[in-house]
Amino acid sequence: MSGGGGKKLLAVVVGVGVVAALIVAYIVSLTNGPTPYRPAAQGKTVDLKLQTVAAIGPKLSPNATWVSYLVNENGTWKRSTVWTLPANATVHVTILNYDGRSGLRNPFLAQARGIDGNKFEVNGKPMGSINPDDASHTFAIPDLNVIVPIFGVADDAKNQCGDAPCDESMAHETITFTFHTGKKGHYRWQCFVPCAAGFVYGFGGPMQTIGYMDGFINVV
Amino acid sequence: MWSSWSHARRLTVLTVVGTIVLLPIVIFVLGPNMPPGKNTNVGDQQVFDNTVLLVVMTPFTVFILAYLLYAVFTFRADPAEPERDGAPIRGHMPSQVAWLTTTTIAVLFLAIFGSAELLTSGAGGGQGPKPIAKPSGSVLPVQVIAQQWEFTYRYPTYGGVETAQLEIPVDTEIAFHVTSLDAIHSFWAYELGVKADANPGVDNIAYVKSKQTRDFQIRCAELCGLWHGYMYDTGKVVTHDEFTTWIAQQKQLYAGSLKYLPPYSTSYAPDPTFRAG
Repeated sequence: MSGGGGKKLLAVVVGVGVVAALIVAYIVSLTNGPTPYRPAAQGKTVDLKLQTVAAIGPKLSPNATWVSYLVNENGTWKRSTVWTLPANATVHVTILNYDGRSGLRNPFLAQARGIDGNKFEVNGKPMGSINPDDASHTFAIPDLNVIVPIFGVADDAKNQCGDAPCDESMAHETITFTFHTGKKGHYRWQCFVPCAAGFVYGFGGPMQTIGYMDGFINVV
Repeated sequence: MWSSWSHARRLTVLTVVGTIVLLPIVIFVLGPNMPPGKNTNVGDQQVFDNTVLLVVMTPFTVFILAYLLYAVFTFRADPAEPERDGAPIRGHMPSQVAWLTTTTIAVLFLAIFGSAELLTSGAGGGQGPKPIAKPSGSVLPVQVIAQQWEFTYRYPTYGGVETAQLEIPVDTEIAFHVTSLDAIHSFWAYELGVKADANPGVDNIAYVKSKQTRDFQIRCAELCGLWHGYMYDTGKVVTHDEFTTWIAQQKQLYAGSLKYLPPYSTSYAPDPTFRAG
Protein backbone atom coordinates (compact mmCIF):
# COMPACT_ATOMS: atom_id res chain seq x y z
CA MET A 1 0.00 0.00 0.00
CA SER A 2 1.29 3.46 -0.87
CA GLY A 3 1.87 6.15 1.78
CA GLY A 4 -1.10 8.18 0.57
CA GLY A 5 -3.41 5.15 0.67
CA GLY A 6 -2.28 4.29 4.20
CA LYS A 7 -3.06 7.81 5.43
CA LYS A 8 -6.51 7.69 3.87
CA LEU A 9 -7.24 4.33 5.48
CA LEU A 10 -6.03 5.65 8.85
CA ALA A 11 -8.25 8.73 8.48
CA VAL A 12 -11.27 6.55 7.69
CA VAL A 13 -10.56 4.24 10.67
CA VAL A 14 -10.11 7.21 13.04
CA GLY A 15 -13.25 8.89 11.68
CA VAL A 16 -15.36 5.76 12.07
CA GLY A 17 -13.93 5.27 15.56
CA VAL A 18 -14.82 8.83 16.62
CA VAL A 19 -18.37 8.52 15.27
CA ALA A 20 -18.82 5.13 16.96
CA ALA A 21 -17.54 6.54 20.26
CA LEU A 22 -19.97 9.47 20.02
CA ILE A 23 -22.88 7.10 19.32
CA VAL A 24 -21.92 4.87 22.26
CA ALA A 25 -21.56 7.91 24.55
CA TYR A 26 -25.00 9.15 23.46
CA ILE A 27 -26.64 5.78 24.10
CA VAL A 28 -24.92 5.48 27.49
CA SER A 29 -26.11 8.98 28.42
CA LEU A 30 -29.66 7.97 27.50
CA THR A 31 -29.66 4.66 29.34
CA ASN A 32 -27.75 5.76 32.44
CA GLY A 33 -29.98 7.98 34.52
CA PRO A 34 -28.98 9.82 37.66
CA THR A 35 -27.80 7.75 40.61
CA PRO A 36 -30.90 6.86 42.63
CA TYR A 37 -31.19 8.10 46.20
CA ARG A 38 -31.80 5.25 48.63
CA PRO A 39 -33.15 6.52 51.94
CA ALA A 40 -32.28 4.52 55.03
CA ALA A 41 -35.01 2.06 55.95
CA GLN A 42 -35.88 0.92 59.45
CA GLY A 43 -37.28 -2.50 58.75
CA LYS A 44 -40.05 -1.83 56.26
CA THR A 45 -40.44 1.83 57.14
CA VAL A 46 -38.85 4.68 55.23
CA ASP A 47 -38.85 8.42 55.81
CA LEU A 48 -38.71 10.56 52.69
CA LYS A 49 -38.21 14.29 53.13
CA LEU A 50 -38.74 16.52 50.12
CA GLN A 51 -39.04 20.18 49.33
CA THR A 52 -40.56 21.94 46.36
CA VAL A 53 -39.14 25.26 45.26
CA ALA A 54 -40.19 27.89 42.74
CA ALA A 55 -36.63 28.27 41.42
CA ILE A 56 -33.88 25.70 41.76
CA GLY A 57 -31.18 28.38 41.71
CA PRO A 58 -27.71 28.39 40.14
CA LYS A 59 -26.08 26.31 42.86
CA LEU A 60 -28.08 23.18 42.04
CA SER A 61 -28.82 23.46 38.34
CA PRO A 62 -27.82 25.29 35.19
CA ASN A 63 -31.56 25.91 34.72
CA ALA A 64 -31.67 28.26 37.69
CA THR A 65 -35.23 29.48 37.14
CA TRP A 66 -36.84 26.07 36.86
CA VAL A 67 -39.28 24.84 39.47
CA SER A 68 -38.11 21.66 41.16
CA TYR A 69 -38.41 19.00 43.81
CA LEU A 70 -35.44 18.41 46.11
CA VAL A 71 -34.74 15.44 48.37
CA ASN A 72 -33.05 15.55 51.74
CA GLU A 73 -30.10 13.14 51.70
CA ASN A 74 -28.64 12.84 55.19
CA GLY A 75 -29.33 16.47 56.01
CA THR A 76 -28.34 17.92 52.64
CA TRP A 77 -30.85 19.04 50.02
CA LYS A 78 -30.11 17.55 46.60
CA ARG A 79 -31.78 17.73 43.21
CA SER A 80 -32.49 14.04 42.77
CA THR A 81 -35.85 12.65 41.66
CA VAL A 82 -34.91 8.99 41.23
CA TRP A 83 -35.27 7.06 44.45
CA THR A 84 -34.93 3.44 45.48
CA LEU A 85 -37.42 2.17 48.02
CA PRO A 86 -37.99 -1.30 49.48
CA ALA A 87 -40.97 -3.35 48.34
CA ASN A 88 -44.03 -3.63 50.60
CA ALA A 89 -42.70 -0.75 52.68
CA THR A 90 -44.48 2.02 54.51
CA VAL A 91 -43.18 5.37 53.32
CA HIS A 92 -43.70 8.45 55.46
CA VAL A 93 -43.37 11.51 53.25
CA THR A 94 -42.79 15.07 54.40
CA ILE A 95 -42.90 17.79 51.77
CA LEU A 96 -41.86 21.33 52.58
CA ASN A 97 -43.44 23.45 49.89
CA TYR A 98 -41.97 26.90 49.31
CA ASP A 99 -43.80 27.60 46.07
CA GLY A 100 -46.91 29.68 45.45
CA ARG A 101 -50.36 28.64 44.28
CA SER A 102 -50.70 28.03 40.56
CA GLY A 103 -53.75 25.77 40.46
CA LEU A 104 -54.67 22.41 39.02
CA ARG A 105 -55.72 22.08 35.42
CA ASN A 106 -58.02 19.19 36.40
CA PRO A 107 -59.78 19.84 39.74
CA PHE A 108 -60.35 16.09 40.09
CA LEU A 109 -56.72 15.78 41.16
CA ALA A 110 -57.32 18.03 44.18
CA GLN A 111 -58.49 14.98 46.13
CA ALA A 112 -55.88 12.68 47.64
CA ARG A 113 -55.98 8.97 46.95
CA GLY A 114 -53.79 5.94 47.42
CA ILE A 115 -52.44 7.10 50.79
CA ASP A 116 -53.29 5.99 54.33
CA GLY A 117 -56.87 6.93 55.07
CA ASN A 118 -56.89 8.98 51.87
CA LYS A 119 -55.86 11.83 54.16
CA PHE A 120 -52.79 14.04 54.27
CA GLU A 121 -51.84 16.78 56.68
CA VAL A 122 -51.18 20.41 55.85
CA ASN A 123 -49.28 22.00 58.73
CA GLY A 124 -50.64 19.27 60.99
CA LYS A 125 -54.26 19.63 59.85
CA PRO A 126 -55.77 16.48 58.28
CA MET A 127 -57.33 17.00 54.85
CA GLY A 128 -58.76 14.83 52.10
CA SER A 129 -58.73 17.47 49.38
CA ILE A 130 -57.92 21.12 48.86
CA ASN A 131 -59.34 23.87 46.73
CA PRO A 132 -57.77 23.12 43.32
CA ASP A 133 -56.84 26.79 42.90
CA ASP A 134 -54.70 26.57 46.05
CA ALA A 135 -52.58 23.74 44.67
CA SER A 136 -48.96 24.49 44.07
CA HIS A 137 -47.99 21.03 42.84
CA THR A 138 -48.98 17.39 43.22
CA PHE A 139 -47.01 14.38 44.27
CA ALA A 140 -48.40 11.57 42.14
CA ILE A 141 -47.39 7.97 41.41
CA PRO A 142 -50.15 7.03 38.96
CA ASP A 143 -49.28 3.34 38.77
CA LEU A 144 -49.61 3.06 42.55
CA ASN A 145 -52.78 5.18 42.39
CA VAL A 146 -51.08 7.72 44.69
CA ILE A 147 -51.87 11.39 44.34
CA VAL A 148 -51.52 14.18 46.88
CA PRO A 149 -52.17 17.84 46.12
CA ILE A 150 -49.54 20.17 47.53
CA PHE A 151 -50.98 23.25 49.21
CA GLY A 152 -49.27 26.43 48.02
CA VAL A 153 -47.78 29.35 49.91
CA ALA A 154 -50.00 32.44 49.94
CA ASP A 155 -49.00 35.22 47.55
CA ASP A 156 -48.71 37.73 50.39
CA ALA A 157 -46.64 35.48 52.68
CA LYS A 158 -43.59 37.17 54.15
CA ASN A 159 -40.03 35.92 53.83
CA GLN A 160 -40.62 33.88 50.69
CA CYS A 161 -37.78 31.78 49.37
CA GLY A 162 -35.94 32.88 46.23
CA ASP A 163 -33.49 30.25 45.08
CA ALA A 164 -33.17 26.73 46.48
CA PRO A 165 -32.32 25.18 48.78
CA CYS A 166 -34.81 26.96 51.00
CA ASP A 167 -34.46 27.27 54.74
CA GLU A 168 -37.24 26.16 57.07
CA SER A 169 -37.36 29.68 58.52
CA MET A 170 -38.77 30.85 55.17
CA ALA A 171 -42.47 30.80 54.26
CA HIS A 172 -43.58 27.28 53.51
CA GLU A 173 -46.36 24.73 53.93
CA THR A 174 -45.63 21.33 55.43
CA ILE A 175 -47.45 18.40 53.86
CA THR A 176 -47.20 14.91 55.35
CA PHE A 177 -48.72 11.61 54.31
CA THR A 178 -48.00 7.89 54.19
CA PHE A 179 -48.16 5.48 51.28
CA HIS A 180 -47.14 1.88 50.66
CA THR A 181 -44.82 0.74 47.91
CA GLY A 182 -46.35 -2.68 47.20
CA LYS A 183 -44.62 -5.04 44.82
CA LYS A 184 -41.29 -4.58 43.07
CA GLY A 185 -41.33 -2.37 40.01
CA HIS A 186 -40.22 0.77 38.27
CA TYR A 187 -42.75 3.53 38.80
CA ARG A 188 -42.73 7.07 37.44
CA TRP A 189 -43.86 9.92 39.61
CA GLN A 190 -44.81 13.37 38.46
CA CYS A 191 -46.43 16.71 39.21
CA PHE A 192 -49.83 17.30 37.60
CA VAL A 193 -49.89 21.05 38.07
CA PRO A 194 -48.69 22.86 34.94
CA CYS A 195 -46.16 24.72 37.04
CA ALA A 196 -43.37 25.38 34.54
CA ALA A 197 -43.53 29.16 34.44
CA GLY A 198 -42.34 30.62 31.17
CA PHE A 199 -43.27 27.59 29.08
CA VAL A 200 -46.33 27.12 26.88
CA TYR A 201 -49.27 26.29 29.15
CA GLY A 202 -46.75 25.56 31.91
CA PHE A 203 -45.92 22.10 30.57
CA GLY A 204 -42.40 22.51 29.20
CA GLY A 205 -38.92 22.53 30.74
CA PRO A 206 -39.00 21.13 34.27
CA MET A 207 -42.30 19.31 33.59
CA GLN A 208 -40.69 17.43 30.71
CA THR A 209 -37.28 16.77 32.25
CA ILE A 210 -36.47 14.09 34.80
CA GLY A 211 -34.71 15.65 37.77
CA TYR A 212 -37.12 18.51 38.40
CA MET A 213 -40.86 17.78 38.59
CA ASP A 214 -40.70 14.16 37.42
CA GLY A 215 -38.80 11.08 38.46
CA PHE A 216 -38.75 7.36 39.08
CA ILE A 217 -39.23 5.22 42.12
CA ASN A 218 -37.40 1.91 41.92
CA VAL A 219 -39.16 -0.48 44.26
CA VAL A 220 -36.74 -3.33 45.00
CA MET B 1 -38.54 -19.64 -27.00
CA TRP B 2 -42.03 -19.35 -25.53
CA SER B 3 -44.24 -16.54 -26.74
CA SER B 4 -45.30 -13.77 -24.40
CA TRP B 5 -48.86 -15.17 -24.48
CA SER B 6 -47.73 -18.54 -23.18
CA HIS B 7 -45.95 -16.77 -20.29
CA ALA B 8 -49.16 -14.85 -19.59
CA ARG B 9 -51.23 -18.03 -19.66
CA ARG B 10 -48.90 -19.80 -17.24
CA LEU B 11 -48.86 -16.80 -14.87
CA THR B 12 -52.64 -16.55 -15.00
CA VAL B 13 -53.02 -20.24 -14.16
CA LEU B 14 -50.52 -19.94 -11.29
CA THR B 15 -52.33 -16.88 -9.94
CA VAL B 16 -55.79 -18.41 -10.18
CA VAL B 17 -54.73 -21.72 -8.63
CA GLY B 18 -52.76 -19.98 -5.85
CA THR B 19 -55.68 -17.70 -5.11
CA ILE B 20 -58.17 -20.60 -5.01
CA VAL B 21 -55.90 -22.45 -2.56
CA LEU B 22 -55.21 -19.43 -0.33
CA LEU B 23 -58.62 -17.75 -0.21
CA PRO B 24 -60.30 -20.34 2.06
CA ILE B 25 -57.32 -20.08 4.43
CA VAL B 26 -57.57 -16.29 4.40
CA ILE B 27 -61.34 -16.27 4.95
CA PHE B 28 -61.73 -19.10 7.44
CA VAL B 29 -58.37 -19.22 9.28
CA LEU B 30 -56.70 -15.79 9.14
CA GLY B 31 -59.83 -13.66 8.94
CA PRO B 32 -61.47 -14.58 12.26
CA ASN B 33 -58.15 -13.95 14.00
CA MET B 34 -57.59 -10.50 12.59
CA PRO B 35 -57.21 -7.62 15.07
CA PRO B 36 -58.76 -6.28 17.23
CA GLY B 37 -60.91 -9.36 17.86
CA LYS B 38 -64.65 -9.75 18.04
CA ASN B 39 -65.17 -8.44 21.57
CA THR B 40 -67.45 -5.57 20.59
CA ASN B 41 -69.77 -4.55 17.77
CA VAL B 42 -67.14 -2.24 16.26
CA GLY B 43 -64.47 -4.91 16.80
CA ASP B 44 -66.67 -7.26 14.78
CA GLN B 45 -66.87 -4.74 11.95
CA GLN B 46 -63.13 -4.12 12.01
CA VAL B 47 -62.39 -7.85 11.79
CA PHE B 48 -64.78 -8.06 8.83
CA ASP B 49 -63.17 -5.01 7.17
CA ASN B 50 -59.67 -6.39 7.67
CA THR B 51 -60.77 -9.74 6.24
CA VAL B 52 -62.22 -8.04 3.14
CA LEU B 53 -58.95 -6.12 2.67
CA LEU B 54 -57.03 -9.37 2.96
CA VAL B 55 -59.31 -11.12 0.46
CA VAL B 56 -58.92 -8.31 -2.08
CA MET B 57 -55.15 -8.21 -1.75
CA THR B 58 -54.73 -12.00 -1.94
CA PRO B 59 -54.86 -12.44 -5.78
CA PHE B 60 -52.51 -9.47 -6.27
CA THR B 61 -50.05 -10.83 -3.72
CA VAL B 62 -50.23 -14.28 -5.30
CA PHE B 63 -49.70 -12.80 -8.79
CA ILE B 64 -46.66 -10.73 -7.70
CA LEU B 65 -45.04 -13.67 -5.91
CA ALA B 66 -45.84 -16.04 -8.79
CA TYR B 67 -44.41 -13.55 -11.29
CA LEU B 68 -41.23 -13.20 -9.20
CA LEU B 69 -40.67 -16.93 -8.88
CA TYR B 70 -41.65 -17.57 -12.52
CA ALA B 71 -39.20 -14.92 -13.72
CA VAL B 72 -36.38 -16.24 -11.56
CA PHE B 73 -36.78 -19.77 -12.90
CA THR B 74 -37.87 -19.14 -16.50
CA PHE B 75 -35.62 -16.24 -17.45
CA ARG B 76 -32.51 -17.34 -15.60
CA ALA B 77 -29.27 -17.31 -17.62
CA ASP B 78 -27.76 -20.51 -18.90
CA PRO B 79 -24.34 -20.87 -17.21
CA ALA B 80 -22.94 -22.17 -20.51
CA GLU B 81 -23.94 -19.06 -22.41
CA PRO B 82 -21.51 -16.15 -22.65
CA GLU B 83 -22.32 -13.08 -20.57
CA ARG B 84 -24.29 -10.56 -22.60
CA ASP B 85 -26.83 -7.78 -22.34
CA GLY B 86 -30.46 -8.79 -21.90
CA ALA B 87 -33.05 -7.98 -24.50
CA PRO B 88 -34.19 -4.34 -24.43
CA ILE B 89 -37.30 -3.77 -22.30
CA ARG B 90 -40.23 -2.31 -24.16
CA GLY B 91 -43.75 -1.51 -23.09
CA HIS B 92 -46.37 -4.24 -23.44
CA MET B 93 -49.74 -2.55 -23.85
CA PRO B 94 -52.02 -5.53 -23.03
CA SER B 95 -50.13 -6.24 -19.79
CA GLN B 96 -50.18 -2.58 -18.79
CA VAL B 97 -53.90 -2.25 -19.49
CA ALA B 98 -54.70 -5.46 -17.61
CA TRP B 99 -52.64 -4.41 -14.55
CA LEU B 100 -53.99 -0.85 -14.45
CA THR B 101 -57.58 -2.02 -14.94
CA THR B 102 -57.56 -4.66 -12.20
CA THR B 103 -55.71 -2.53 -9.64
CA THR B 104 -57.95 0.47 -10.36
CA ILE B 105 -61.05 -1.65 -9.87
CA ALA B 106 -59.63 -3.00 -6.59
CA VAL B 107 -58.67 0.44 -5.26
CA LEU B 108 -62.01 1.98 -6.24
CA PHE B 109 -63.89 -0.92 -4.64
CA LEU B 110 -61.91 -0.51 -1.41
CA ALA B 111 -62.46 3.25 -1.40
CA ILE B 112 -66.23 2.81 -1.77
CA PHE B 113 -66.33 -0.11 0.67
CA GLY B 114 -64.24 1.76 3.26
CA SER B 115 -66.31 4.93 2.96
CA ALA B 116 -69.54 2.95 3.29
CA GLU B 117 -68.22 1.20 6.41
CA LEU B 118 -67.19 4.51 7.98
CA LEU B 119 -70.52 6.13 7.18
CA THR B 120 -72.61 3.25 8.48
CA SER B 121 -70.67 2.26 11.60
CA GLY B 122 -67.99 4.83 12.42
CA ALA B 123 -65.61 1.88 12.73
CA GLY B 124 -64.73 2.66 16.35
CA GLY B 125 -62.91 5.87 15.53
CA GLY B 126 -63.78 9.27 16.88
CA GLN B 127 -66.30 10.96 14.65
CA GLY B 128 -66.01 14.45 16.07
CA PRO B 129 -68.77 16.31 17.88
CA LYS B 130 -71.43 15.53 15.23
CA PRO B 131 -71.18 11.82 14.38
CA ILE B 132 -72.68 10.66 11.11
CA ALA B 133 -73.03 7.03 12.20
CA LYS B 134 -75.12 6.95 15.35
CA PRO B 135 -76.44 3.82 17.02
CA SER B 136 -80.15 3.51 17.54
CA GLY B 137 -81.55 3.38 21.05
CA SER B 138 -80.15 4.73 24.29
CA VAL B 139 -76.46 5.21 24.95
CA LEU B 140 -74.42 5.65 28.11
CA PRO B 141 -72.10 8.65 27.73
CA VAL B 142 -68.63 8.32 29.27
CA GLN B 143 -66.23 11.21 28.98
CA VAL B 144 -62.55 10.40 28.54
CA ILE B 145 -60.36 13.29 29.75
CA ALA B 146 -56.75 13.09 28.65
CA GLN B 147 -54.07 15.15 30.36
CA GLN B 148 -50.31 14.95 30.71
CA TRP B 149 -50.08 12.07 31.64
CA GLU B 150 -53.17 10.25 32.71
CA PHE B 151 -56.66 9.45 31.50
CA THR B 152 -59.54 10.21 33.82
CA TYR B 153 -63.21 9.43 33.16
CA ARG B 154 -66.42 11.30 33.81
CA TYR B 155 -69.95 9.89 33.95
CA PRO B 156 -72.47 12.69 33.27
CA THR B 157 -75.51 10.47 33.95
CA TYR B 158 -74.18 9.63 37.40
CA GLY B 159 -73.89 13.13 38.80
CA GLY B 160 -70.85 14.00 36.72
CA VAL B 161 -68.55 11.97 38.95
CA GLU B 162 -64.96 11.72 37.69
CA THR B 163 -62.96 8.55 38.26
CA ALA B 164 -59.40 7.36 37.89
CA GLN B 165 -60.45 4.01 36.42
CA LEU B 166 -62.70 3.14 33.50
CA GLU B 167 -65.52 0.64 33.88
CA ILE B 168 -68.40 0.14 31.48
CA PRO B 169 -71.39 -2.20 31.58
CA VAL B 170 -71.58 -5.11 29.17
CA ASP B 171 -74.11 -5.19 26.32
CA THR B 172 -74.68 -1.44 26.58
CA GLU B 173 -74.08 1.11 23.86
CA ILE B 174 -71.35 3.44 25.14
CA ALA B 175 -70.62 6.87 23.70
CA PHE B 176 -67.04 7.80 24.56
CA HIS B 177 -66.68 11.58 24.53
CA VAL B 178 -62.92 12.01 24.18
CA THR B 179 -61.27 15.33 24.95
CA SER B 180 -58.02 16.72 26.32
CA LEU B 181 -57.03 19.38 28.82
CA ASP B 182 -53.64 20.15 27.34
CA ALA B 183 -51.73 18.52 24.48
CA ILE B 184 -53.01 16.16 21.76
CA HIS B 185 -53.47 12.63 23.06
CA SER B 186 -55.27 9.59 21.65
CA PHE B 187 -57.55 7.21 23.53
CA TRP B 188 -56.86 3.70 22.31
CA ALA B 189 -58.84 0.87 23.88
CA TYR B 190 -57.44 -1.91 21.70
CA GLU B 191 -59.65 -4.85 22.67
CA LEU B 192 -62.76 -2.66 22.29
CA GLY B 193 -61.74 -1.59 18.79
CA VAL B 194 -61.87 2.08 19.81
CA LYS B 195 -59.23 4.65 18.90
CA ALA B 196 -60.13 8.33 19.10
CA ASP B 197 -57.91 11.40 19.19
CA ALA B 198 -58.11 13.55 22.30
CA ASN B 199 -57.80 17.17 21.24
CA PRO B 200 -58.18 20.16 23.55
CA GLY B 201 -61.50 21.91 23.00
CA VAL B 202 -62.91 19.06 20.90
CA ASP B 203 -65.60 16.49 21.80
CA ASN B 204 -64.59 13.45 19.79
CA ILE B 205 -67.33 10.83 19.99
CA ALA B 206 -66.79 7.09 19.47
CA TYR B 207 -69.48 4.46 19.98
CA VAL B 208 -68.98 0.88 21.13
CA LYS B 209 -71.02 -1.97 22.57
CA SER B 210 -69.18 -4.76 24.33
CA LYS B 211 -70.44 -8.32 23.96
CA GLN B 212 -68.66 -9.84 26.95
CA THR B 213 -67.19 -8.94 30.33
CA ARG B 214 -63.42 -8.62 30.21
CA ASP B 215 -60.43 -6.38 30.96
CA PHE B 216 -59.05 -4.21 28.19
CA GLN B 217 -55.90 -2.19 27.72
CA ILE B 218 -55.98 1.57 27.33
CA ARG B 219 -53.03 3.43 25.87
CA CYS B 220 -52.27 6.88 24.61
CA ALA B 221 -51.55 6.52 20.88
CA GLU B 222 -50.26 10.03 20.28
CA LEU B 223 -46.74 11.05 21.32
CA CYS B 224 -47.59 13.54 24.06
CA GLY B 225 -44.48 14.27 26.08
CA LEU B 226 -42.16 12.86 28.72
CA TRP B 227 -44.44 10.21 30.20
CA HIS B 228 -46.32 9.26 27.01
CA GLY B 229 -45.00 5.71 27.32
CA TYR B 230 -46.45 5.47 30.83
CA MET B 231 -49.88 6.76 29.86
CA TYR B 232 -51.72 3.46 30.02
CA ASP B 233 -54.48 1.97 32.05
CA THR B 234 -56.62 -1.14 32.31
CA GLY B 235 -60.35 -0.79 31.84
CA LYS B 236 -63.08 -3.26 32.67
CA VAL B 237 -66.29 -4.39 31.02
CA VAL B 238 -68.49 -5.63 33.86
CA THR B 239 -72.04 -6.84 34.40
CA HIS B 240 -74.81 -4.28 34.94
CA ASP B 241 -75.02 -5.12 38.65
CA GLU B 242 -71.28 -4.79 39.10
CA PHE B 243 -71.31 -1.48 37.27
CA THR B 244 -74.16 -0.14 39.43
CA THR B 245 -72.26 -1.08 42.58
CA TRP B 246 -68.96 0.32 41.28
CA ILE B 247 -70.31 3.68 40.15
CA ALA B 248 -72.06 4.14 43.52
CA GLN B 249 -68.72 3.47 45.24
CA GLN B 250 -66.97 5.95 42.97
CA LYS B 251 -69.49 8.68 43.77
CA GLN B 252 -68.79 8.10 47.44
CA LEU B 253 -65.03 7.79 47.01
CA TYR B 254 -64.63 10.95 44.93
CA ALA B 255 -67.20 13.11 46.71
CA GLY B 256 -64.28 15.29 47.87
CA SER B 257 -63.35 16.31 44.34
CA LEU B 258 -66.89 16.35 42.94
CA LYS B 259 -67.66 19.69 44.62
CA TYR B 260 -64.70 21.29 42.83
CA LEU B 261 -65.40 19.91 39.35
CA PRO B 262 -66.77 22.32 36.75
CA PRO B 263 -70.25 21.51 35.41
CA TYR B 264 -70.13 18.69 32.90
CA SER B 265 -69.15 19.98 29.52
CA THR B 266 -68.22 18.36 26.23
CA SER B 267 -64.79 20.03 26.53
CA TYR B 268 -62.97 22.21 29.03
CA ALA B 269 -60.77 25.26 28.68
CA PRO B 270 -58.87 25.93 31.92
CA ASP B 271 -57.24 29.35 32.02
CA PRO B 272 -53.72 28.67 30.74
CA THR B 273 -52.26 31.90 32.07
CA PHE B 274 -53.27 31.25 35.65
CA ARG B 275 -52.45 27.57 35.48
CA ALA B 276 -48.98 28.18 34.14
CA GLY B 277 -48.04 29.89 37.40
